[in-house]
Amino acid sequence: MLDQKDILSTLDMIDNQHLDIRTITMGISLLDCADPDLSICCEKIYNKITRCAKDLVRVGQEIEAEFGIPIVNKRISVTPISLVAAACQTDSYVEIAKTLDRAAKTCGVNFIGGFSALVQKGCTESDWKLIRSIPEAMAATDMVCASVNVGSTKAGINMDAVAEMGRVVKKTAELTRDNDCLGCAKLVVFANAVEDNPFMAGAFHGVGEPECVINVGVSGPGVVYHALQSVKGQPFDVVAETVKKTAFRITRMGQLVGVEASRRLGVPFGIVDLSLAPTPAIGDSVARILEEMGLEVCGTHGTTAALALLNDAVKKGGVMASNHVGGLSGAFIPVSEDEGMIAAAERGTLVLDKLEAMTCVCSVGLDMIAVPGDTSAATISAIIADEAAIGMVNTKTTAVRIIPALGKGVGDRVEMGGLLGSAPVMPVHCESSEAFIARGGRIPAPLQSLKN
Amino acid sequence: MKAIVTVVGQDRVGIIAAVCAKLAEFNVNVLDISQTVMQGYFTMMMATEVSACNVPLAELVQRMDELGVRMGLSIRVQREDIFQSMHRI
Repeated sequence: MLDQKDILSTLDMIDNQHLDIRTITMGISLLDCADPDLSICCEKIYNKITRCAKDLVRVGQEIEAEFGIPIVNKRISVTPISLVAAACQTDSYVEIAKTLDRAAKTCGVNFIGGFSALVQKGCTESDWKLIRSIPEAMAATDMVCASVNVGSTKAGINMDAVAEMGRVVKKTAELTRDNDCLGCAKLVVFANAVEDNPFMAGAFHGVGEPECVINVGVSGPGVVYHALQSVKGQPFDVVAETVKKTAFRITRMGQLVGVEASRRLGVPFGIVDLSLAPTPAIGDSVARILEEMGLEVCGTHGTTAALALLNDAVKKGGVMASNHVGGLSGAFIPVSEDEGMIAAAERGTLVLDKLEAMTCVCSVGLDMIAVPGDTSAATISAIIADEAAIGMVNTKTTAVRIIPALGKGVGDRVEMGGLLGSAPVMPVHCESSEAFIARGGRIPAPLQSLKN
Repeated sequence: MKAIVTVVGQDRVGIIAAVCAKLAEFNVNVLDISQTVMQGYFTMMMATEVSACNVPLAELVQRMDELGVRMGLSIRVQREDIFQSMHRI
């Protein structure tokens, strides 16, 4: 029989340390839904999604009950709509976003991702239509998430798209102003986006993926934090080892649930995403893990090193626990979704520049950050460009999910509710980047040797 | 398929009897029992065979939980795989 201690430790993780499966995400290819007639295309999209994902929520709930582990989110990702809709004779893709929203509601999932375009080297006509449809699409839907990949290590950075995305973010904020600019929380700008990410808002179903696939994202900052409390004052070797062991356990859970879900749904199992995804709940924070390592407040000197260790140890522990690892795989540092990050930002210790440094060593990027409402589109574009440059040079995924809090300034708060949490408005540099962004063109891809 | 039943709560007369009687009602066979009192709490773990269970597992989970609520205990039924995969390589 199993060890009593092991059984109790698993129960303790679930009951007291917020261990859960963060998401089961079904990736669905919509490539066969293309049609020159917009309404036929929408109909095909709706039918395909509701057919493939009709049992997703039910199966998720059954697994939750049988294993006794919460599965917080059931979600869907689809082929980037700029590809699916390219043949449509229309100027706007808002109708397609509404169709995705309707399909998501029918299936009972809580987000659907893939209102996306991949434009790292340049934009097609369809990509521009999608990008320009984003603000209205975010305002007109509840569950649709949008993403645009503006750069990659192989292609460089598409600065025309970066410039446009600054304006798109601002416009999205304006159109969802009455809702605390919520639309911006559903819009991510990527560099080196991955095709099998199960996490929102950046999930989409890449063209290299199968017809339909199940990807799983685990969570467990609370479990890691708790484990580190038992090694206070000990050297970093012990810290790294403790994180690895904990990550192994968390990931095994994800692997088990993913395989079970894929078997029951009759859909191939894709990957487990080894990410530490925090929530706004007390005791489920990545910032508190860094502080447990000996930092008074997250954001002070030493934070980047602590995060580098954490991120690496999570991957090393997780990689052996799953037979397919993918997605973003790393520690997330979304400010509004992490109770410790919120506290550190409110105190003024965690600032945008430090967060940018932290994104060099972890997944994913400047995530869920509120900035003053009067921040210019050019400044937002420049923030996106900086983050994309980090991703491009370091051959990693980076992203920007930024909320210009219209009508608010530093010291105010944006409330998004639920898992999205609330974000204190953080200061940005007031000096202009206007002329830099106005140049347009492309930043060339970086050299991959002579690395120093 | 095996499931682990965990019972935690204030110790009193008849806990094992009530849990076993309920499991028998659902045709669940008990393979192993271990119990202890931890920090004043009665803690019991049972390994059970649920392949021949006469209701779906999700329903068994719910019915045992209801019994727990009536008795002022926490009673949980979980598939054994979750513990195996977490603690065994």
